[in-house]
Amino acid sequence: MSDNKPQTPATQAGNEARLRAMDYLVRRHYFRWAEALPWLIAIALFFILPNRMTFGGQVLIMIMFALSLDLILGYAGIVTLGHAAFFGIGAYTVALASMLAGWSEPISGLIAGGLVAGLVGAIAGWFILRYRGLTLLMLTIAFAAMLQESGNLRSDITGGYDGLPGLMFDPLFGHFQYDLYGHTNYWYVLGVLAIIFYFVRRITYSPFGQALTGIRENVRRMHAIGSPVHRRLVTVYAISAAIAGIAGGLFTQTNAYVTLTVFDFDSSAKVMVMLILGGTGRLYGPFLGAAVYMILEDYLAKLSPTFWQLGIGLLLVLVVLFARRGLLGLAEDIRGYFGRKARASSTPRRLVWKPEHWKALAISALDGGIIGFVAGFATNMKQAALMLSFVTDLPTRAILFTLGGAVIAAAINAIYLLLTSRTAVEEQAS
Amino acid sequence: MSHFAIIAVSILFDGLAYAMFLFITSVGLSVTMGLMGFVNLAHGAFAMAGGYVVVSLTRSYGIDFVPSLLIAGVVIGLISIRFERRLYRQLYKATDLEQVLLTIGLAFMAIAAFTYFYGPIPKSVPLPDWLQGDVNLGFRSFPSYRAFLIAVGAVLIAVLWYAFEKTNVGAKIRAAVDNRRMAESVGINVDLLFTLTFALGSALAAMGGGLAIQLFGLTPSFAVLYLVLFLIVVAVGGMGSLKGTLLAALAIGIIDTAGKYAFPVAGNLFIYAITAIVLLIKPTGFFGRE
Amino acid sequence: MTAALQVENLHRSFGALHVTRDVNLTLQRGARCALIGPNGAGKTTLINLITGVIRPSSGTVSLNGEDITQLSQADRARRGLARTFQINQLFRGLSVLENICMAIGERDGHNNNLWRSAGAKREVIDEALDHLESLNMVDDALHLVRNLAYGRQRLVEIAIALAQKPRVLLLDEPAAGVPSSESHLILDVVAGLDPDIAVLIIEHDMDVVFRFAKEITVLVQGAVFTQGTPDDIMNNADVRAVYLGEEGHDAARRGGQHG
Repeated sequence: MSDNKPQTPATQAGNEARLRAMDYLVRRHYFRWAEALPWLIAIALFFILPNRMTFGGQVLIMIMFALSLDLILGYAGIVTLGHAAFFGIGAYTVALASMLAGWSEPISGLIAGGLVAGLVGAIAGWFILRYRGLTLLMLTIAFAAMLQESGNLRSDITGGYDGLPGLMFDPLFGHFQYDLYGHTNYWYVLGVLAIIFYFVRRITYSPFGQALTGIRENVRRMHAIGSPVHRRLVTVYAISAAIAGIAGGLFTQTNAYVTLTVFDFDSSAKVMVMLILGGTGRLYGPFLGAAVYMILEDYLAKLSPTFWQLGIGLLLVLVVLFARRGLLGLAEDIRGYFGRKARASSTPRRLVWKPEHWKALAISALDGGIIGFVAGFATNMKQAALMLSFVTDLPTRAILFTLGGAVIAAAINAIYLLLTSRTAVEEQAS
Repeated sequence: MSHFAIIAVSILFDGLAYAMFLFITSVGLSVTMGLMGFVNLAHGAFAMAGGYVVVSLTRSYGIDFVPSLLIAGVVIGLISIRFERRLYRQLYKATDLEQVLLTIGLAFMAIAAFTYFYGPIPKSVPLPDWLQGDVNLGFRSFPSYRAFLIAVGAVLIAVLWYAFEKTNVGAKIRAAVDNRRMAESVGINVDLLFTLTFALGSALAAMGGGLAIQLFGLTPSFAVLYLVLFLIVVAVGGMGSLKGTLLAALAIGIIDTAGKYAFPVAGNLFIYAITAIVLLIKPTGFFGRE
Repeated sequence: MTAALQVENLHRSFGALHVTRDVNLTLQRGARCALIGPNGAGKTTLINLITGVIRPSSGTVSLNGEDITQLSQADRARRGLARTFQINQLFRGLSVLENICMAIGERDGHNNNLWRSAGAKREVIDEALDHLESLNMVDDALHLVRNLAYGRQRLVEIAIALAQKPRVLLLDEPAAGVPSSESHLILDVVAGLDPDIAVLIIEHDMDVVFRFAKEITVLVQGAVFTQGTPDDIMNNADVRAVYLGEEGHDAARRGGQHG
């Protein structure tokens, strides 16, 4: 219809916009060179750190697990705290097939693990994906917990929380033996991850993947435009479950060992933290998130498990408050910020101190004081380990800690305000 | 009295005590979730913190158990106001996921902090004489502490019931749970109401944490260990419903006690199965609004 | 001739509250019908009943002679029933173009495909761009919806519905919340709709209603108060008393809110 219009300058501009828009959508799924980076790093690490390949394999498995979660959480917006259910099903399918049926060929075992997990995912999903919010969250938790408890009920088969040790698997392709250093395993897991990633990438760029994004963005509208929302969700849930199952199967094959702890609530929460940390709905979030998480855990948890737990908690709070799109999103934001800054560098910047900033400082001091007071209150249980241990008089300790907390918090907030109130002027000026 | 009846009464008694713990700890979570739809996974951390306040007060400061419970409630309630004002407030309009992540992060931090201060070893609490030993109810004697727990629960239920159903504030809360926009448009300050219920809920959780020490022992991981249970009570009972929370707490407390007695190996299987069945049939729980 | 949309004896209650009472409504092909009534009269509820967001307690809804009362929202939409929402329901994190493509993809079933790239279907993108061109929105094609001005977002709301190629279109206050300086853009689009589509519009601005509609249904407390041509309604003393008086009050209140 537009072809018949006379070519005025306005429609020419319109045509350009049209072509640009078309071009963008058509090219969007094209492979970008930056996408090769994680794979090149993975290959390079094999040669740089050959003796850390057992750990490397574990990281790759968690990447795959997080990738499966990204598909349902990042794209379809299904919030689940029970995804370990499918990881566990895959892990146990592979383990039990080897132990009970002597089915120890790794690749077919892996496929079986994926299929069983996918099937269970489809059935469970059909029931639970009608709901959202707390109801869905509780159903996913309950489902994983039920599997775990049932497994414990039949600990004669599953080995319970002691696990099934000493599982045997055939050499890969009947040729490559598993070695002590995890070298064969690393390539095996990397290869499977590459295949899975290719599938996931195709799905996310497909019209189906677009529809999933639509469900995440606005499910009411999806219903209104005729989308079979429930069927879409069940489909992607089953696919995601199958991938999680494959990751679980790899986990069993890598460790030649599995326990019921694979179904832990902690495991479900952990994979979600990895994904969020990396960034959801962008395919490479799981790579960054799982790698950063596992490496930090490896170092910090050895140093002090308590410290690690504090760190991961703090990280979550900070991510939610300041970097909701994860590390990848943060990287984009920082790039954008410096881009703007470079452009705006000529505009003058001034510091303005507003009266409400005093109020903010006072509130920070209050909060810091509370934290200090609580710390002071609690430390008498463990005085020797803490600073100020020379003050044994309890009321004095409480006062010192309260004041200290207040001053520190107010100082932190003052620095923050000094930085941000500058920006406010900058925006005013432009 | 037959053997069967005695077992049944014991289960009922223990189940009731357990249910009271569940109710006291979960009711605040239910009301705050009903008011704001806020998924607060740090609720267990407030309960855990309350437990440790009781431990400190009784062990280091020599205060009696019962006054310690009350002090713990007040202290945690007041501190929770600051959490609500500074952190939770920013996420009322955020997605479930972001709320889940923030609050689970807070729970982790709380566990780490309390592990640092109190260590990972389970703590117990010194009880006054009248809470130790058994109380004889004619046909059988029961642990005094559990009887005490049931009595405390009954008193709290009565008080909450009165506050919820008969007072002006209670009516406002019910109106806001029912329809937040409508409540706001008639001039109810839902924000303030929420802060209030949040503080009260945290205070109750803190007391619940204190009461639980004698039952389960107290470790920092209490914050997440029983969290799923609290969430189950809320989800099964229906968010924001006092009646629902009570009913769910009773059902889960008694059925779980019975299940663990009859099939000890099944663990929490019964609880999860009941949860799944109830939610699949009635996704908003017993008394949740559609 | 079968009616494009026929609503018969539609009734819905929530407990003791009857929000829709015995509503009858017929839209012929190409109809231009307005649904008016005071706030809380159940206008949006009626649209939700027709589109299947909520189920009626009793009564039937038929689309082109087919009884669709038991069908899901999605099945109704695929049979040619489209709607817009009073409060924007858009894919805010996606571009305008993707919003439109979503509707086309669902309409034609492309969205079942999970292997081919979304960009490979050029005809879908082409059609989406045509829709945008007819609304003069090609320049906004790649902008995220959440970055658009509210008035533009309202246009996307309509564009998505049009991309469904509906036979019956239900517009729920299409210009709601749009500053009056821009509302003419939206009302022009509404006035220029394909004459084959049957349109039911909820609108508070009486000038718009009387200009646009050939038939008007007045809804009061969930029941049809009266139906007729614009002239009938304008000259109906009861409507003036029950509705137009309230509307004046309403408009004043809304003006106060926005101002």
